[in-house]
Amino acid sequence: MGDLVREVDVAVVGGGPGGYSAAFRCAELGLEAVVVDAGKRLGGACLFEGCIPSKALLHVAAVLAEAERAKDFGVDFGAPRISLDPLRTWTRERVVGKLARGLAAVARGKGVEVIGGRAVFADSRSVRVEGEEPQTIRFRHAIVATGSAPAALPGADLRSERLMDSTAALQVPDVPPRLLVIGGGYIGLELGQVYAALGSEVTLVEMLDGLLPGADRDLVQHLARRCERTFKAVRLSTRVAGLRDTGRAVEARLDDGETATFDRVLVAVGRRPQTAGLGLELTRARVTERGFVETDERGRTADAHVWAVGDVTGEPMLAHRAMRQGKVAAEAIAGRPAAFDNVVVPAVVFTDPEVAWCGLTEREAETTGCPVKVARLQWAASGRAATLGRSDGLTKLVADAETGRVLGVGIVGPGAGELIAEGAVAVETALLAEDVALTIHAHPTLSETLMEAAEILLR
Amino acid sequence: MAADLTRIVTAYNDTVMSRTFLLPDLGEGLTEAEVVKILVREGDLVHEDAPLLEVETDKATVEIPSPMGGRVEKVHVQAGQTVQVGEVLVSFADVAASSGTQAAVTPDTTRALAPEPETLVASSGPASPASSHPTRSPQRGADPVPATPATRRLARELGVEIRAVNGSGRGGRVTDDDVRAAAGRRETAPADEARAPASTAPGKPLARVGIEPPPLPRFEQWGPVERQPLSHLRRTIAERMTLSATLVPHVTHFDRADVTDLDALIRRNLDAGKARGVTLTLTSFVLKAVAQALGEHPHFNASLDPAAGELIVKRYVHLGVAVAAERGLIVPVIRDVDRKPLLELQRELGALATRVREGKATLEDLRGGTFTVTNLGALGGTGALPIINYPEVAILGVARGREEPVVREGAIVPRLLLPLSLTFDHRVADGADGARFASAVIRRLEHPDELLLGL
Repeated sequence: MGDLVREVDVAVVGGGPGGYSAAFRCAELGLEAVVVDAGKRLGGACLFEGCIPSKALLHVAAVLAEAERAKDFGVDFGAPRISLDPLRTWTRERVVGKLARGLAAVARGKGVEVIGGRAVFADSRSVRVEGEEPQTIRFRHAIVATGSAPAALPGADLRSERLMDSTAALQVPDVPPRLLVIGGGYIGLELGQVYAALGSEVTLVEMLDGLLPGADRDLVQHLARRCERTFKAVRLSTRVAGLRDTGRAVEARLDDGETATFDRVLVAVGRRPQTAGLGLELTRARVTERGFVETDERGRTADAHVWAVGDVTGEPMLAHRAMRQGKVAAEAIAGRPAAFDNVVVPAVVFTDPEVAWCGLTEREAETTGCPVKVARLQWAASGRAATLGRSDGLTKLVADAETGRVLGVGIVGPGAGELIAEGAVAVETALLAEDVALTIHAHPTLSETLMEAAEILLR
Repeated sequence: MAADLTRIVTAYNDTVMSRTFLLPDLGEGLTEAEVVKILVREGDLVHEDAPLLEVETDKATVEIPSPMGGRVEKVHVQAGQTVQVGEVLVSFADVAASSGTQAAVTPDTTRALAPEPETLVASSGPASPASSHPTRSPQRGADPVPATPATRRLARELGVEIRAVNGSGRGGRVTDDDVRAAAGRRETAPADEARAPASTAPGKPLARVGIEPPPLPRFEQWGPVERQPLSHLRRTIAERMTLSATLVPHVTHFDRADVTDLDALIRRNLDAGKARGVTLTLTSFVLKAVAQALGEHPHFNASLDPAAGELIVKRYVHLGVAVAAERGLIVPVIRDVDRKPLLELQRELGALATRVREGKATLEDLRGGTFTVTNLGALGGTGALPIINYPEVAILGVARGREEPVVREGAIVPRLLLPLSLTFDHRVADGADGARFASAVIRRLEHPDELLLGL
């Protein structure tokens, strides 16, 4: 073992969005790059146990919700009959499988080899690959892109089939009659809504006093209202004090003394960077107490030969941030003057309604004392929202009080995740509210709400 | 130079507050340095200006003095590590008040050092008025820079700190033109305002040049290979030479100077020089001849500003002399060659070459050159085509002088001939200009009396 020594320009550790983006860009720039991935596949948590499968399931939930709403305008499809096998096959084969094959083909086309195994750094210039294809890889540069994994519930050491993390929940083992969701962040809300749509009675517990910490409260409002309707209960400022598997169910004790019984429990209390056991201590790279790798704005660690991108480098742990970081690191390695100087990393919560924001939030402006003007446009004023039967939306612009430059955008409502792209372009390219207001937006569309919000700012 | 020191002082002052010391801006667009040696240990008590560590930049090995007195709490870097400007190098505990800023201090151990910023300037290099560099009002705090990502990338490519650029667009938006203008200004900014060339009419930007090197073949298919990382200096030389060779249309003019008389003059005065502690060499005479020729042909003592479409003519003559050091080629600069007596020039040249070979040259030794002379004589050869030291306009290559038969008044006589090759930027000068400039140098080398009298 370990006889095989291979020399490459760039060794990418981890085949997720950060890793494959970096490897592909390296290849485009003429560098020989290999990806070491434990599953010998490209896509990472995003494709196999995160963004993509959850969006497939949320699409199913949206179809169910639309069918239900159709009754309002006189169309009744009757009660839905849900078969889990075809649902799983569709997600696994037609969605995830198809995209995975696509990525593999791109890798072949660019000459990026994917090596199966666990990579452990031996020093600043080499990694050992353990497992499937044991070997030593000597590199000029390595990019750590090992991503993150669901965090365990602190203090709960319960080992039970009924306890699921997001990865397990995305397999949809069944539709539990009673589901407890621990955590009111985007993962808990998205999966809670999926299971609620499939027929579970969902109770959501969040220890903070509001859902989606980090988002402005006015954006969360519409979503919170819907969750209160579709979930059995939403318990804020509440902690789970204890979990016990009774054999037939899980008994959960809340810190207010109440006890309730559930068929399954989804733990969605955040994600942790996966940096333990990588051998980074044998390089000069520095890892924080929380397990994040410290990098500069190009992604380089304290070790001149070791770079890091994606979730291992810190918050926000989002695939699109990782992809950009991966490209930046590759370009920097190729000697280009690249830097992750991005102003916005848009955040999208794919719930019903969707919540999306980018740039400066109103709350951040308040805390930092940054002088801003804020315009809110309720979708009750939008023609398109009315035709969709969805007036539960809001578009908000945060602009510099002095220059009128757009500093942040927040949207809640169906399609917010797509609409936020215009906000991202506006903030990233330093557009003025005037620029947005003077650009013709097609009528009738939801995007008009951005233009109209900008017009409010100019009044 | 004054501007650079001002910036370093500012960096020091900023960091005193937080009691951490960041790698200061090293000027000249340098963004990183390699830590060569750490000169303090955690727990050490250091006084202000005590050497903390030694770093090697693209240009030189520099000792970084402590910006404050206090106890070294933690050294955040290791030898061999590359650090970026702004990265934390050392953090201090028990910091003594310094530089007039209100440093966070532990009261019982406070010592009253309180040196003024001027002290720091004086101790970091020759004192000069710290106000000659106009301070631009930077963008507000940590706000995102009002520029598109493409403009921000352009700024990185041109080495412009975009936060320091005032945007001309609506709402303070920084445009490509603002960035290009700032890149053009940077070339002239460190010079005294009075020396800056008066521009008669604003120019237009020339087209940018950029070629992507194609991927290399897999050499392993033909036999075993070894990959060796480039040293910092090698990388810098590679980048500079590529930039120059790609960007600048080079023309080379060849000629030979009859230095028989000059050689005799040097030999006659060798002992007199030695008595004054100086070994006379041909190089110092070549430098002097070049400096005088530059006075007649100022276009060769200039830089082309493609962004502005202007020629920046320098009203000072600082000559670079290529020195082959063990680590690679280094070009130290001798200032105001036109105004220095030959003996002083020779003494300075000797001292500078020694500093470079011992790796002790400072950043100041290595920048500000207006024209470069490269003497290939020691290693033989009959001539070479030097590459211009960008953004200068020309470089003079001097090969080994040889005795050769020369026909003079019908008779063949042995003469000492010195082959010269003048490479210059064809954007700035044409063949005839090059020939005239070379002749101006040669005339002085062939008639040392004219050279020494400055005729």
